[in-house]
Amino acid sequence: MCSVIIIGLLAGCGDRPWNYPYGFDLPEKNLFFGSFSERPKHLDPAVSYSASEVVFTGQIYEPPLQYHYLKRPYELETLTAEVLPQPIWYDSAGDLLDSHASPDQVMKSVYRIKIKPGIYYQPHPALAKDSSGNFLYHQLTDDELKDIYAIADFEVTGSRELVAADYVHQIKRLAHPKLHSPILGLMSAYIEGLAELSEELNTKHEQGEQIDLTQIQLSGVRELDRYTYEITIKGKYPQFAYWLAMPFFAPMPPEADRFYDQPGLTEKNVSLDWYPIGTGPFMLVENNPNRRMVMVRNPNYRTDDFYPAEGLPEDKENGLLQDAGKPMPFIEQAIYSREVEAIPTWNKFLQGYYDTSGVSSESFDQVVQFGSTGDAVLTEEIQQKGIRLVTSVAATSFYTGFNMLDPVIGGYSEEAKKLRRAVSIAMDYEEYISIFRNGRGIPSHGPIPPGIFGYLPERLGINSFVYRWQHGEAVRQPVAEAKRLLAEAGYPGGRSRKTGEPLILYFDVTATGPDAKAWLDWLRKQFQKIDIQLVTRTTDYNRFQDKMRKGTAQIFQWGWNADYPDPENFLFLLYGPNGKAQYQGENAANYANAQFDRLFEQMRYMDNSPERQQIINEMVAIVREDAPWVWGFHPTDFGLYHQWYQNAKPNLMANNTLKYKRIDAELRTQLQAEWNRPKIWPVILVVLLILSAVFAVVWIYRQREHRRIEL
Amino acid sequence: MIQYIIRRLFYSIPILIGVNLITFAIFFLVNSPDDVARMHLGTKYVTPEAVERWKQDHGYHLPLVYNQSASGVSRVTETIFYHKSFRLFLFDFGRSDSGRDIGHDVRQRMWPSLAIMIPMFLGGLIVNIAFALFMVFFRGTKIDFYAVVFCVLIMSISTLFFVIFAQYLFGKLFQMVPISGFVSGWSMWKFLLLPVVVGIVAGMGGTSRWYRTLFLEEVNKDYVRTARAKGMSEARVLFGHVFRNALIPILTGTVVVIPMLFMGSLIFESFFAIPGLGSYTIEAIQRQDFAIVRSMVFLGSVIYIVALLATDITYTWADPRIRLS
Repeated sequence: MCSVIIIGLLAGCGDRPWNYPYGFDLPEKNLFFGSFSERPKHLDPAVSYSASEVVFTGQIYEPPLQYHYLKRPYELETLTAEVLPQPIWYDSAGDLLDSHASPDQVMKSVYRIKIKPGIYYQPHPALAKDSSGNFLYHQLTDDELKDIYAIADFEVTGSRELVAADYVHQIKRLAHPKLHSPILGLMSAYIEGLAELSEELNTKHEQGEQIDLTQIQLSGVRELDRYTYEITIKGKYPQFAYWLAMPFFAPMPPEADRFYDQPGLTEKNVSLDWYPIGTGPFMLVENNPNRRMVMVRNPNYRTDDFYPAEGLPEDKENGLLQDAGKPMPFIEQAIYSREVEAIPTWNKFLQGYYDTSGVSSESFDQVVQFGSTGDAVLTEEIQQKGIRLVTSVAATSFYTGFNMLDPVIGGYSEEAKKLRRAVSIAMDYEEYISIFRNGRGIPSHGPIPPGIFGYLPERLGINSFVYRWQHGEAVRQPVAEAKRLLAEAGYPGGRSRKTGEPLILYFDVTATGPDAKAWLDWLRKQFQKIDIQLVTRTTDYNRFQDKMRKGTAQIFQWGWNADYPDPENFLFLLYGPNGKAQYQGENAANYANAQFDRLFEQMRYMDNSPERQQIINEMVAIVREDAPWVWGFHPTDFGLYHQWYQNAKPNLMANNTLKYKRIDAELRTQLQAEWNRPKIWPVILVVLLILSAVFAVVWIYRQREHRRIEL
Repeated sequence: MIQYIIRRLFYSIPILIGVNLITFAIFFLVNSPDDVARMHLGTKYVTPEAVERWKQDHGYHLPLVYNQSASGVSRVTETIFYHKSFRLFLFDFGRSDSGRDIGHDVRQRMWPSLAIMIPMFLGGLIVNIAFALFMVFFRGTKIDFYAVVFCVLIMSISTLFFVIFAQYLFGKLFQMVPISGFVSGWSMWKFLLLPVVVGIVAGMGGTSRWYRTLFLEEVNKDYVRTARAKGMSEARVLFGHVFRNALIPILTGTVVVIPMLFMGSLIFESFFAIPGLGSYTIEAIQRQDFAIVRSMVFLGSVIYIVALLATDITYTWADPRIRLS
C-alpha cells in the first residue's frame, strides 16, 4: 500500500521526471543549474578573494575593467569605465613624464577613470526611499525589524545611478579595520595614503568611535566629478590595471554601509557579507550556502553590454561568435546547489540536472580516454549524450620547493645547486601527472605557466638542466645524469664524501590518508632512484605553515594561482625581498639572488615587449640554474558541458563569465525527460516479493496458532 | 521526582564547565590564535599586522586562561576562555569568527536535520522491534536462522555502501527519486524518502539483533509461560508482555540517541545534500572557527544531559516499580 502511495505521489510530480532534484515550481525558462562544494565565506568585495566566492561576486559586482571573454592572450577591456585608463606619470618635482620615462624617475602614477553614465544598482532596500526622498530602512526600529530575517523580507527596494564616489568609497573600505581586507597590506604599499588611512581608522576603531568613510579623505583616491575618479599610485605599478578588474575595486554605495551597519540587522545575520549589492548582470536573491544560492538577472542591468564580436579564429568554428552583438546576460536565473560529495554531483550531471561539471578522479575513466596522439577524448557513452569536453592549462604552478636557508639542500654553492638539480631530474613529474592526475597537467620548465607572457613553448622553453630535446620533444635527463650531479655535489652513491654518512632529506607535508600514502611512497621512490633517503614529516596544516613562516621546513610542495596574467605575478615568488621567513612574503623557498632581483625590478615595470621577454628569459635561466624549485607541473582543467550549454570557453582570469552563457532550455527539458524515465517494474517486483513474504508469514503464524497438540 | 530533576540539573553545571574546558584545551592545543586568524584571513598577501588586527578585533589577543598582566578578577575574566565560553551558560552562543549569529544558524539548520532523522528514528524503531519480534516468534527455526544471517550481513556492510548503492539503484538506474537535494515545504518528502529508507535498512542489523536478544531473555520467563498457559495468542504474548518487559533496555538505548537526531548525520547530509547540522561542527573545525565549535559541543552536552534525564524519567513510565529519588 505504501509503495502504491509513493508511486502515486511520484507520478503526480507533473511533467518533471520523478528524480527531478529541484522544487516542482521552477519555470522552464533560461535557468542555469550549477553546483558548489565549498561554501563561500565572504561576499563583501573588500574581503572576498577565494575562487569559491568569485563565482558569485564576479557576477554581482562590477569593477571598472574586465577581461575580454574570447581573446587570448588575456586582454583587459572596459566594463563600467568609458575607456581603458592610461597611467599618467609624474616625477618627484610633480612634472609630467612621457611614456618613455624610466621607472626610477616615476614618483607617482595617476589612473583617471571615467565611468559610463546611466548604470544603475540592482533593486535593494538600502536604496529604498519614501515619497519625501528619505531612506526608508536606514533607521529601523525594533518593530520594523520584527519580521526581518533576510533581505527579501523588505517590502520596498530602490536603486540609484552608479557614481564615481561609490568607487572611491569602496577603496576606502579596504582600510576599514572591521573588514580585514586581505589586500590591505599589498595595496598600502601602492595606493597613496591608504596606509595612513588604515592607521587613522584603526585609532578610531580602538577608541570606539563610529567610522563614517564618507567624512574621511583618502589622499590617493578622489572623486573628480560625478562620473570620474582618480587613483594615485606610488611610483610605477603597471600591474595595477589588473587589480581594477577584480571585485576589490568594484563600487559600493555608502548607503549600503549605513543600512547594514544597523545593529538590529547585524544581529539577524543580514550583512553585506551575506547579501551583496552591485550593478552587475545578476543579483543574489537566496543565500543559503549550506543548501543553495540563487542569482537572478538584475532588472536594472544596462542594455548596452553586448556579447563580443571578436575572438580567436577558432572561436567562430566553435560557434562562440553566434551571439555576437546580442545584449547580455542570456540567463534569467542561476541556481547553485551545494554538493559536498563528488559521486552524487557527477550522477546528477549525467542525468542532465547540472549544466556543467568538472571531472573527478573517481569518474575519470568513465569520461576520458587518451587517443594515440595523447589527446584527451570523451568515451563513447559520454559522447552519446552530446557532452562536450573543453580542456585548458590553468594559470597555476604546482612545485616542490627547496628551502634555500636550509644548510643541506639550500645555499648557492655549486655543490648545492647540483644536489638540487639531481633531485629535479630524479623527480619524474611526467610519471606523477600520469599516476596521480590522470594525465591532467603538463610538466613545468620554469615558474611561468602557459598563457602568461614570458612563457616559451616547446624547444624554446626547455629547461636544459632537467630535460634534453630529442625527437621533437623534451625528454627527462637519465637517472645516471642525476647520480653524476649528486656525486659532484659531494654525495657519491648517496653518501657524504666527507663523513660517509648517508644523505637523508626531509619532506614536510600535511597530506594524510590512503591517497597521500601512495603519493609519499612515490616520492620516496623518486629519491631512492639516486640513493637518497627521503623522510616524510607529516604534520598538521598549522604546524606546516608555522615551519614555512620560520623557514625550518626543508623540502615542501607549494602552489600558486595567478592573480592576473602577468609574469610579475609568478616571478615575484622568487624575488628576494618577498622571502617568507625573513619578510613574510610569498617567496616560500626563501630564494635570493641579487642578479635575479635586479632583473625583476627592471622587468616588473615594463610593458610586454621583446625586451621584456629577453629579461624574463635571463631570469628564468638564472632560477633554472639555481634550481630553488623542482618546477613541477601546470594542471590542466577539464570542463564538461551539456549540449544545451552554449558559449562555453574557459577564461581563467575573468570572474564575470556567467553573463556570456546561453542555455537552450527546451532542449534540456526534452533530454532530461528522455534520460530520466522511471523504471517501475523493479519496485512492483519488490512489492510483490514483500507481499508474498508477509502472506507466507501470516499463513505460518496461523498454522502454528491453530496447530493441534496431541497429548 | 521534581527534586530529583532539579538535583540532576545542578549536577550538570560542573559537567558543562568541564566539557567547555576540555573543548577549549583541545582546540587551542591544535590551533593557536595566530593560526585561527590566518585561517580566516586566507593564504595570500597576509601580513603579520593583519593577523594582529584580526586577533584584536575578535578577542584572540588576550591570554588563553590566565592574564598575568591584569589584576584581581580580571586575571580570569580578561582571557579568551572567559570571553568566549562564559556566555554559553546563558545560552548566548554569540557570533562565529566569521561574524554570523550562531544561534540563528543552528535554528536554521536543525530543521532539515530533524526532518531526516525523526522519520529515520521512528521508522527504525518500529521496523527493528517488529523484525526482532518476528525473529523471536520463529526462534529456533530456519526462518530465525536466515533472519539472523540477514542481520549480520547488514551489520557487516558499511552505511556508506548502502548510501552509494541506493543512490545508484533508485536514483540513477531506476530513476525513481532524486539522487540528492532538498527543498523546504511538503515537497521535501521526495528528497527524504531514499535517505530515510537507507538509514532504516542500514541500522536494522545491529539493533534488531540486540532487540532479539532482549526479547529472547524474556520469552522463556515464568510470566510468559503463564500467559501462554492462559491461552493467549503468541502475538499478544509478544506484544503485550514480552515487549513491555524488555522496554527498559530499549528505552536506554533509544532516548540517548535523541541528541543525534538534533545534531544530524554527517554521512547522510553530505551524500544526500541535506542542509542540516551534521556538517556544521565538522566545517567549523576545518575552518578553525572556535566560536562555533565550542557552541556546538556545549549544545551537544546540554542535549545529552537532558536526554539522559529523560531516559530516567521514562523508566518510571515503563516500569511503575521504579521510583526516582
